[in-house]
Formats: sequence, C-alpha cells, structure tokens
Amino acid sequence: MKKHTIVALVQDRPGVLSRVVGLVRRRGYNIESLAVGHSETPNVSRITMVVEWNDVDQVVKQLYRLIEVLKVSDVTNDPTVEREMVLVKLHAPAPKRHEIVSMCNVFDAKIVDVGVNTMVVEMTGTPAKVENFIEIVKPYGVKEMMRTGRVAMVRGARGHNAAEYAESSNGTNGQFAVNRN
Amino acid sequence: MTQERTGAQIMCEALIREGVEVMFGIPGGAIMPFYFAMWEYRDQLRHVLCRHEQGAGHAAEGYARATGKLGVCIGTSGPGTTNLVTPIADAMMDSTPLLAITGQVSSLVLGKDAFQETDITGITMPITKHNYLVKDINDLPYVFKEAIHIATTGRPGPVLIDITKDAMQARTVPNWDVKLNLPGYKPTYNPNAKQIREAIKLIQSAKKPLIMSGNGVIMAGAIEELAAFAERLRVPVITTLHGIGSFPEDHPLNIGMPGMHGWVHVNRAIQECDVLFNIGGRFDDRVTGKASTFAPNAQVIHVDIDPSEIGKNVKVAVPIVGDAKLTLQAFLEAMPGREDMAELHGNASDWMEHIREMQAKHQGKQQYVSRADTEAMSLPPHDVYDIMNRMINERGDYRICTDVGQHQMWAAQLLDWYRPRTHITSGGAGTMGFAVPAALGVAVACPNETVWAVCGDGGFQMTNQEMATIVQEGITNVKVAVINNGYLGMVRQWQELFENKRYSGTPLTGPDFAKLAEAYGWKGITVEHTEDVEAAMREAYETDGPVLIDFRVEREVNVFPMVPQGKSIGDMITDASQA
Repeated sequence: MKKHTIVALVQDRPGVLSRVVGLVRRRGYNIESLAVGHSETPNVSRITMVVEWNDVDQVVKQLYRLIEVLKVSDVTNDPTVEREMVLVKLHAPAPKRHEIVSMCNVFDAKIVDVGVNTMVVEMTGTPAKVENFIEIVKPYGVKEMMRTGRVAMVRGARGHNAAEYAESSNGTNGQFAVNRN
Repeated sequence: MTQERTGAQIMCEALIREGVEVMFGIPGGAIMPFYFAMWEYRDQLRHVLCRHEQGAGHAAEGYARATGKLGVCIGTSGPGTTNLVTPIADAMMDSTPLLAITGQVSSLVLGKDAFQETDITGITMPITKHNYLVKDINDLPYVFKEAIHIATTGRPGPVLIDITKDAMQARTVPNWDVKLNLPGYKPTYNPNAKQIREAIKLIQSAKKPLIMSGNGVIMAGAIEELAAFAERLRVPVITTLHGIGSFPEDHPLNIGMPGMHGWVHVNRAIQECDVLFNIGGRFDDRVTGKASTFAPNAQVIHVDIDPSEIGKNVKVAVPIVGDAKLTLQAFLEAMPGREDMAELHGNASDWMEHIREMQAKHQGKQQYVSRADTEAMSLPPHDVYDIMNRMINERGDYRICTDVGQHQMWAAQLLDWYRPRTHITSGGAGTMGFAVPAALGVAVACPNETVWAVCGDGGFQMTNQEMATIVQEGITNVKVAVINNGYLGMVRQWQELFENKRYSGTPLTGPDFAKLAEAYGWKGITVEHTEDVEAAMREAYETDGPVLIDFRVEREVNVFPMVPQGKSIGDMITDASQA
C-alpha cells in the first residue's frame, strides 16, 4: 500500500468532515494525517488528508458522490509544497536551555513559552524535517507534543481555486449553506 | 403567502409543493407537531399508518419503485428512526428515491441523552445519499427542496431529514424563494459524444456482442430506447435481477438473467462474449461471480449515471457517464446506416444461434428440478410458479413484490416478465421482510392492479404485521403467496451443498398462516397439492379483499442453476451432485 496525499475542496456545512472521514473508515483505513480549514473562498474549506491505501482512484470517485465535495485531487505525484507544524513542550531545566535554544536555531524553530522547568517550541517544516526535529529534541524529554497534520499545495499555476468550484456559494438565500459556527 | 406558519406546517407545505401525495409512518413524541399539522393538510397529503417503521420504509420504497416517484416515510426519534435504518440501507443499495422524515428531541436537550434521543444523522450517514439535521425553522423550506432534489435526481437514493421538535413548533413567515446551492452536486445526464463514437466502433467490430440491461434503464424510463437500440444492432440482451422488465422476455433478442442464479447459457455467453455493453447495471458480485474471471474475453462498455460505479468491479474499455435514456438516444442518433452494420448483423446472428444452441441443451425453465424427484412431491415449488405465471399473465395488470431467498430467485427465473416496474424486489441489500410492506406501498400507488407479495415463510414472519395496515387502509388488491417450506431455505440450500447438511439455525416453524390471515381480516387459503394451486389462485383473484395463500411446498428443494460463492460464473452447478 502506498501513502497518498489527497486535497479536497468541500462546502463548509455541518457534518461534511464526518462524511469524508466516514468514507475512509468504511474501508478500514487509518488516516495518518488530516488538516482542515477555510480556503480563500467563503464557505469553502480545504482538506488535506494522508492515508495509506491501494485503490485510491475508487476512493476519489466515491468522495465525489458526497454532495458537499467540490473537488478532489490526489496530489501524491504532483510537485507540491507540504508543511506541518508541531508544538513541543520540552523538559527544560535552566542548565539545558542554552543547548535547546541553539538546537532550535538550527531548525528555524521558535521558543513560544518558557516555564520554570519547561519550554514550548514551535517548529514548521516539511513533514520529514518535523520528524527529524522531534527525534533530535526527544532526548531532552518531551512532556507534550501536538502536530497539526500535513497541509499541501500544488506548486505553480496548477491547483484548484476554490471560487471556480463554488460559483453559487453566494447570491442565494442559502440559509443552510451559510456557515453558522 | 405571508402568513405565519409553524415549522410542522412548513414541512407539510414543502412536501405538497414538491408533489408528495402519500406518506407512510408512525407518530411518536418528537414528531407529534408534524402529525398535529398533517391533519390540516390531510386532503392533499395522505398518511398511511404502518405497524412498524421498517414496514413504513419498505412501503415507501414499494411506492417509489412502482411509480418512479419519491417515497416518503416518517418515524419519531430514537427507536422510531433506528427502525427506519434497514429500509434506508435497502434504498441506498437499490438506488430508490426515498425521503425519511424523522423527529428529533428539542435542540435544547440535543446531545444530552434525552428520552428517545438517537444520533440518526450520524447513524445514517453512510447509508443515505445525503442527510440533514435541522434545528432552525428558517432552514426548512431550503432543506426540503434540496433533499427532495437530491433524492430524485442523478442516481436516486435515500435522503433523511431529522428535525428537532422545537424547530417544528417554532413559528415564522416562510420564505419559499429559495434557490438550490449545490456546487458539488451536478449529475451528468448527457453522455460524451466522443465516447459514444468509440463505443459504436467497438460494437461494430464485435463478433460476439452482448447487451446487459440493469435498473438504470428502468429508472431512466429508457424501455423503448433500449428496444430500439437492441433491434438496430440485433444484439442479444440480458437483464439483471433489477433489470427484469426493462426488456420483455418474449422478445427474440432477450436471452434471460445472468449471475448466481441466472441461466447457464447466459453466463456462458458472458464468458464468451467479446464486447459487453452494460447499461444501468453496477456489476454486482451476484452478477459477476469472481470478478477477476468475469467476461475474460470482453471489452466492456459501461454506461452509468454514477461515475464511481464505472471501473469499480470490472475493467472498462469505454466508460460513459450519463442517463440511460439520453445515452441510448445519443447512440440511436449516432448509429451508422444499415449497410455499415451488415457485418455486425451477420456476426450477431451467428452468435445468437450459438447462444440458443447452448440454451436448447437446458431447454425449459422447469428442467432444473428433476422430474423423477418431483413426481414424488405433493407440491414442488416450481409448480406454484408455473401456474402463477399462467394465471397472472392471463389476467394482466399485476405487480409482484418478492422478498429475499429461494422464492425470490424462483420468481425471477420462473415467471415471465414483460413490463418495467412489475418486478419489485430487494436486490442489493437482500432485505428479508421487504415483500409484504413493499406490496402495501405498491398497492397504494397502483390501486387498479393486482399486487402479489411472494415471500418465504421466514421473510413473511419478519414484517407480516403490515397486514393490519392493509386492512385499516381498505386496500383490497394485495395478495400474498407464502412459499412455505419450513426453512430459511436459501441458507439451508447452502448448508446442504457446502456444509455437509448441517442445518444449523435454518429449520423454522410458524403459525397456521391461513388462520393468521383470517385473524387479520384477510381470506386465508392453504394449499398442499399441485392440483389445488389453480383453484386457490382463482379464489384469490375473485375475492374482493386481501388474500393470503400458504403454499406448503416440498421442504428441501434447491434453486438451480447456481454459481457457488467466490467461483467464476463459468462454473455453474445444475444439481446437488455437482456441489
């Protein structure tokens, strides 16, 4: 089985994430990473999902069956920019801090909180670089860690502008279509 | 138009605006406001009170499948909605336009395990085409319009709307000026012209072409187009279980049903054919057998309105996404003249001759029961179908609802089918208990036709309480034929053939069905001998009211021919000794 990165544009309605995830769950696959957020167009969200599966074309087709799915692309073999962010809370007593700070400089990571015995570090990079960073800081003692999951965007002029797929998102009464958080 | 309405009134008016005339359901706490409002609209919206929500769901399915219109069922929150789950799943598998309206607890207590609260939108997410949880009265006009649009267009399917009680009770001046906002839902109806040309080229080059017709042809109303298409090409046509009736069985080009209990010559033709044109069928595993061995020599042309069906189970040479009717029309327009088809016509005629030769070796539908065996039987099931086939066709104007199991396969095999929407069965989901409530729905839709529910004694006992609904509604055109063999017969058949006759959990008792029918106010007839079948059926026809006939058939008879599970459809068995 191969790891695939799927990028999907979806209407921002209650339950849409659940439907997308349900399609993957139905086949007994595990989602390795999932990131969801607003796109450049109001009421349209962009999902980046990484899953190991072998019949990805069929899954993409079935995703299209979902009423709220506007566009799905398997970008695994496309040139993409992929990023992930991690927050790590490290065990950082005073004598270790200097060493941690210089390590962070190497990885372009930021110290975002300092406590009595802890430091919270924010690091953004390719998934591989994030992985590498985590390995490096592990010996200091990781008290907590939170990864955002991968976000991906196709390089250059290619890719999918959300507005093209959501032409009627505005201009209707659209009570139900309006995002009501 | 500017008058204030309750949410429940808005629901009724939304349904009326969309042309809904009948609903099947059961009230309960959370849906009470809807029932309160329904009373005012009872002249336009007929409500049929069922005995179980599963029955209401299947009745709505029967109504939808008999007419092609939307079927509507109603349940209250909690168990009322979970009882609808089976018919919803059934409608999903068989692409039936169904709207399920369910009451939900008040939004104030939603998510707090209130009395009769169930997360039905969560439960039905994978078995609906789409579903909604409505908490705001202002969403109702839009949601009903969108839901019905989704259920009835493209590849039809079930849609559920769950409405909180407070949204039904709230008041507002409804705004009916709503436009659909569905950028992600644009079914493709018109086929791609280039693909049509590709397909024609492929068919023209074929030496052994075959047309497979499925449910999509019936749903698109493409009966005439299919006949014209097949006749222009002179290519043999097979009809899948749900395609039965899309092409008349007495047509010289019709060769019958494929699949697990299809005919040997049909399955052999599939294995031999070089071009397979499937329209409106989804290559279900009961049709293909082991998919990797299916139609090994064929280049497949697959026409389906749902792109996710194409290439799912079978490799496709020419995919065509489109509505069956519009696609066939496009084919007819693009079809070359007769002179350019001469070679195809010659090949197809030789091919048909070959198929008919294969068929002749197994001539007669009855030959799969050994005559020597049946002579000792007082009532072989095949005799029931033989006489039924003669009698229903003599009288005409019938619909047959079948349940799931042996009796269903016999009905598909042994009755002769001529018209679309006359054969109504649970195919994809295989839902036992479908036939009786479905017949109720069909009878409501077709009051001037005779509606037969053919079921086994197992499935009958799952939903027979709808017999009371039929009486309460004053329905007289439903007749039930129980093919009673005292077993869950299809499972028993598998146990006999593949599990060394270990009849684990399959022998089945029941009440005296004729007496049960009488208790419901029906006429009940028991038949134990072949010579009594005709008289019983005549009596059923002559009785102005619902009738049940308990056909106590020979207990251990198998459905043949058969493709054992997981085997190639080329490996059919025609009697128990081959298993």
